[in-house]
Amino acid sequence: MPVTLQLPQALAPDAGGNRTVVIELEQGSSLGDLLQQVRHRHPALVRRICDETGEIRRFVNVYVGDAESRTMQGMRTPVPSDAVVMVVGSVAGG
Amino acid sequence: MRIAIGTRKGLWTAQGGPDHWQISQPLRQMAEFASVAWVPMTGIDTPRLVVGARSWFWGPSILTSDDDGRTWSEPEQGAVAFPEDTGASVERIWTITPDPRVPGRVWAGVEPHSLWRSDDSGSTFELNRALWNHPHRAEWQPGAGGPAVHTIVPRPDEGMVIAMSTGGVYRSPDSQADWSPANSGIKVDFGPDPYPAFGQCVHRIAMDAVDPDRLYAQNHGGVFRSENGGRSWEPITAGLPGDFGFVVLAHPTRTRVAWVVPIDPSTMFPPEGRLRLWRTDDAGQTWREAGRGLPDEHYASVIRDAAHVIDLDGTAAIAFGTRNGSVYASVDEGETFSEVATRLPDVLSVRISA
Repeated sequence: MPVTLQLPQALAPDAGGNRTVVIELEQGSSLGDLLQQVRHRHPALVRRICDETGEIRRFVNVYVGDAESRTMQGMRTPVPSDAVVMVVGSVAGG
Repeated sequence: MRIAIGTRKGLWTAQGGPDHWQISQPLRQMAEFASVAWVPMTGIDTPRLVVGARSWFWGPSILTSDDDGRTWSEPEQGAVAFPEDTGASVERIWTITPDPRVPGRVWAGVEPHSLWRSDDSGSTFELNRALWNHPHRAEWQPGAGGPAVHTIVPRPDEGMVIAMSTGGVYRSPDSQADWSPANSGIKVDFGPDPYPAFGQCVHRIAMDAVDPDRLYAQNHGGVFRSENGGRSWEPITAGLPGDFGFVVLAHPTRTRVAWVVPIDPSTMFPPEGRLRLWRTDDAGQTWREAGRGLPDEHYASVIRDAAHVIDLDGTAAIAFGTRNGSVYASVDEGETFSEVATRLPDVLSVRISA
């Protein structure tokens, strides 16, 4: 099943200059499965999203559809067919 | 001379001399650069610029540039990453130190408390397992800025001395293993034991140019000197306008000469707002003010990695940056300074290259 990962412009250089990455996943896959697949293709990209322990970085939000993954099941959040998974930097700074 | 300037919000370089400084456009933006280093490259005139960056969103990284910051490289897997079995993640690169003993060798001090070694001029780094697995680790505490190895001093022999907040000074006979605390005589004022074996909040250490057993330490409270490679220390604060600060620099060629930048800990400003270096020519027995040309009404600190000294044609060249975005440089052993840059973001790291 195809899943689309949408990226902010800041991460496009780590995805070959693209702001979208389409990944073929098996039915029943999770967000963790998706990021593992992306890691094979774009290791630097996933390093920006997750730290070495595999946790999503503190000021990064990953939405599966309309839901932020931390409010769901984290890396175990199911990713449905044709889902759009959006990576955004959280609103922070100064 | 070249000066690399890492700030809270970007990276710059400057070139020139006391009569004219040319500051670059921002080379990198939207990240802090807590550490910068010029790494000599065998057979190439232009040194490699190695920087420790941290994006608040996208995490820390070590980047390298071989063309003065025009283009940058980083391995796909990252230059510095904790092995999976440690369960740790890199938070910040606090210092990057080229090793003068081995061409291509570079060290990094990282948060959480860890020491890393590169043998490819800063492209990739490997964790020092002996320090990571040190039995004292559970008792090392974070300083105000975080738990990190922040100072790395390779000795002319195979040894090394490092400093961390708050763990204190540790030494290794071979720069790899057998790390032992080296804090005897360094007093602390934030715990029940004034002279613990370790746990001191050391801010910076520096090694004498001629005698590697003579070390200087700017601590959270007090300036200290060791004559035996860190095994014991004695205070050398008398004669300074205060005992607090973050910077200590040792002269690159002359023995017994060092500088500190006193800061009032109650304000984090220089005493009475007078931004000055204080210099000793006798290993801390006496001190005198230095730094003509530095401002008298200056209300910001100078932090540990934001000051550097090198030998420039037989003379000590010094540059340092301030947390209110100014950079000053001296090419006459710190006697007079000119302004290199101003109105930058707060300066976290400064390194000079000839």
